[in-house]
Order: sequence, then C-alpha cells, then structure tokens
Amino acid sequence: MSVIEISCVEVWRELSNYIDDAIDPELRRRMEEHFKGCEHCSAVLDGTRNVVRLVGDGRAFDLPAGFSDRLKKRLNEKLGS
Amino acid sequence: MSAIPTALTRATGRRDPEEEVALIARVCAGEKQLFYELIRPYERSVYVAAFSVLQNEGDAEDAAQEAFLKAFSHLSSFRSESKFSTWLIQIALNEARMKRRKDRKYLYDSIDEPGEDESGDYFPRDFADWREIPSEALQRTELRRALQKAIASLHPKYREVFVMRDIQHLSIAETAAALEITEASVKTRLLRARLRMRDTLAPGIDGAWNLSEGTWKKVRPW
Repeated sequence: MSVIEISCVEVWRELSNYIDDAIDPELRRRMEEHFKGCEHCSAVLDGTRNVVRLVGDGRAFDLPAGFSDRLKKRLNEKLGS
Repeated sequence: MSAIPTALTRATGRRDPEEEVALIARVCAGEKQLFYELIRPYERSVYVAAFSVLQNEGDAEDAAQEAFLKAFSHLSSFRSESKFSTWLIQIALNEARMKRRKDRKYLYDSIDEPGEDESGDYFPRDFADWREIPSEALQRTELRRALQKAIASLHPKYREVFVMRDIQHLSIAETAAALEITEASVKTRLLRARLRMRDTLAPGIDGAWNLSEGTWKKVRPW
C-alpha cells in the first residue's frame, strides 16, 4: 500500500507529537516512511529524543543540599511540631 | 489507622492514591505532624517547578517553602478530582511568579515580551547525527551543566512547558492545567522547546555529534 508523502517541514511540525505517540496511525506511517528516506529528519528525531531522555531521567536538577532539613524546620516553626 | 503511611512504591516513588487521600483527611482533621509525610514525595517536583520560573536556587527554595506552607493552609480546599502533585505544582508556580514580579533582580527579565512567534514553524539548525548518550554520562557534571544552561536559555513560556512535561512528566492535560494555558499551546510550546534544546545542545556536548564523514556538516535544505 502506498503512503502519501510528507514534507520535512510537516515532519518537524509533528515531531513532538510523534515522540509522545500522540498522532493518528496514518500520520505515524507517513512519518515513519519519511524517516526511512530522510537522513536529516532522522537526525532531528534522534537528537530530540535524546534531549527528552536526558532531561527525563530526573538527574538534570538536584534539590539543593539540606533542602529537606530546612523545609522540615520551617514547617515545624509555622505549624508547630 | 494508626501507623504513619510511608509506603511509597519503589518503582515510581509515588504513593497509593487512596493512602494519599486518607493522609490528607488526617492532616485536615488536625494531625499537622503528618503534613511533611504527605508532601515528602513532591519536594523535588515543587522545587523544580519554582526553579523553572526563577532560575535561581535560593529563590526557588524560598518559593517552594512558601508553596508548601500555602498548601497546608489551603489543604481543606483541595479536591481529589485533580492530582495532589499537580495541585502542589500549580501553587509553586504561582508563588514563583509572584516572587519574580516582586523581586527587583527580575526586573529586566523579558517575561512580558511575547518572545518569538510560537505559531510560526521552527526550523532545526543542524542535521548531524547525535550519537546515543549513555545514561551514566549524566553523572558527568559538565553534561548536567550543559542541560541546565540550555534549559535556562529557553524563553520562560517555553521553559515552563518543557520542565512540566519532560522533567516533571506531567501529561499534556496536566501541564495545561498547571500553567493555565490550552492543550494546543502546550503542544506548540513543547515542540519549540524540544527542538530548540536539541539545537542548543547539539554541537556542545563533548563531541556527542557523530559525523559519518568525519567533518562537521551543516546542511540546510531550504
């Protein structure tokens, strides 16, 4: 079954929804077909996925040292222990 | 119910929703000492939400503390139709924004500027392949710094959506609710933020770009 072609600009527009699996199956098929033949868009997809994976693993930001102790102290002062 | 509920599932760090509702009821009924237990799993989410607005550790910590105190005072108004974590994040965002408005050091921030037009298309700047980054690489301080710097460089309206969605793992609907914007805006801003993050991080991370021909390649098809 032939798939209707899609342009690079259209692919970029839907890239985020593609990563989130929030597009309809027909559009997904067209985008997958496009990635097969377009090095540039595959690179953009891989890089964007890397960004999502890197920040999503929870280590991009740490709580400042002693945060919990200071919070507990503040809560105790305000709420009474 | 006598024991202090502490059972967080190891896999998700989340607590059973029924246990949470029960805990909220006990705090509202006067067991104030359980409040910290209630909010403990969300310390980081609340801090990161405040940090996404303020981009300053000390101020974000102050705003987070204020948010928790406010959450305590308004706990009886929390309705369990929404998620407790989203409710806390919303309070943290409001506290942080209030602080940003009041504090002179944020005076020149371009928060009221529209920024770039979000309805137009964003064109990626570079098309080199990005080699897979092993997760242990994140332990490297320079990579974490690069990530933080890239996030800081986003315009606030994109940064807040990006942080809620990709760092806090809120759904599109929850992000829209927390930021009080439409789901369509969340999607548009998220796309822009992710593509921009990729462009910002692309050439910098320690040769993380893998080039098949061995040279830097910048190709623009338009």
